[in-house]
Amino acid sequence: MITDGSAWFSLRLSLQIATIATALVIFAGGAVAYLLAMKNFRGKDVIDMLFTLPLVLPPTVTGYYLIILFGRKGLIGRPVFEATGWSVMFTWEAGVIASFVVSLPLMIKTVRAAIESVDKSLICASYTLGHSGLETALRVIFPLAKKGIIAGTVLSFARAMGEFGATLMLAGNIPGKTNTMPIAIYSLASSGEWSKAHAMVVLFTVISGLFVYMANAFGKSPV
Amino acid sequence: VVLGEAVSAADEITVSAALSLKSAFEEIGKTFEDKYPGTRVFFNFAASGTLQKQIEAGAPADVFVSASPKEMDALERSGDILDGTRSDFASNVIVLITAANTQTRLASFNDLRKSEVERIAIGNPAAVPAGAYAEEALRKLGLWDILKARLVYGEHVRQVMDYVARGEASAGMVFLTDAISRHSELKVVAEAPASERKPVLYAIAAIRAARNATGANKFIALVISKEGKLVLRKYGFKVTW
Repeated sequence: MITDGSAWFSLRLSLQIATIATALVIFAGGAVAYLLAMKNFRGKDVIDMLFTLPLVLPPTVTGYYLIILFGRKGLIGRPVFEATGWSVMFTWEAGVIASFVVSLPLMIKTVRAAIESVDKSLICASYTLGHSGLETALRVIFPLAKKGIIAGTVLSFARAMGEFGATLMLAGNIPGKTNTMPIAIYSLASSGEWSKAHAMVVLFTVISGLFVYMANAFGKSPV
Repeated sequence: VVLGEAVSAADEITVSAALSLKSAFEEIGKTFEDKYPGTRVFFNFAASGTLQKQIEAGAPADVFVSASPKEMDALERSGDILDGTRSDFASNVIVLITAANTQTRLASFNDLRKSEVERIAIGNPAAVPAGAYAEEALRKLGLWDILKARLVYGEHVRQVMDYVARGEASAGMVFLTDAISRHSELKVVAEAPASERKPVLYAIAAIRAARNATGANKFIALVISKEGKLVLRKYGFKVTW
């Protein structure tokens, strides 16, 4: 049952999507968290709210917004389609977009808190020693916020692996193309294929647990 | 990247179909690929409403199959359906079920009056379509007022079937296709009269923006052919010959 090729396809697809989405989340989330923690600017609260929304909105609502943005008739999707004849909808890349959007807030929240707890005197010292803002960020702030960044990465990866609602809307449930593990499990359960669903649920739980365990162990290791 | 296959649109079709059709359509899809070697069939299974929203947003689907006429009507009105390709090809009925290994002997809806039938599971009529149809059928059979106090509501069809399969309810009412998907655990006792208010119809049509309209039409032709209907009937769908 578990040797059914479709289960491995779904697992590989989930890992691929979650890895790429998390990599993007580390950079985007780190940058936004830095801005929110270190800078004061007009509209900061609005930016904070917009980036938090995917955390509190039901994923299907987030997915609906993504369709409006990225569909062939969407605000971003239309110009892209007119220029290239390609639409991200119903592709595995759509899964990356959905996972990125829903896991970004977890990264931002965690890293922002970590940056805000970095000793301000160390940051001031760096500036006093003539380091630029970028140098200080890369060589003082982010290294000191490392634990928060790792925690945020683990949370984002776990969230991306489990992403269902927004992915179903934007990427669809296309066996052999976009059916990630959570979507394949939902699909099997809905059509009464319980034995296959059980096997996938166990596989998914074990693998997700393994990742969280490894990440925690790595986060604890002394530098 | 491993998954980005370069297949031209002419060699594949994407069929956006209601989730309740999954097992039947996967079988029809295999038949299609055998009949037309070189053309791959990709399915996109979700709730009809989700599929409708995706198509409205320009999702690259070639065929749309909805589990009720509502979503198909909406796409026809918005001009997303290719004229003349629509077919209301199958229907579904509500059936009375018991657990396969039950002690309770039921032969008809009337037997539900028996005192040994302590609880009857149906979907919550306010939230679950199968529940609303079950209520309508019980009213039509003159059983609603008699049985009302013995009904337990499930929040989805799966829950109703779980209640019955585990013996927590003596009987239940779900769609025939759902009952057949769990035929090892559930036994179909009787068919309810068809709804006059809102028949349970499945509709199929080609999408106007289809990249492979030829393939879409061939697929629809297979679904509504005798061969396709035999498969649908096997999974509990009602078809007319």
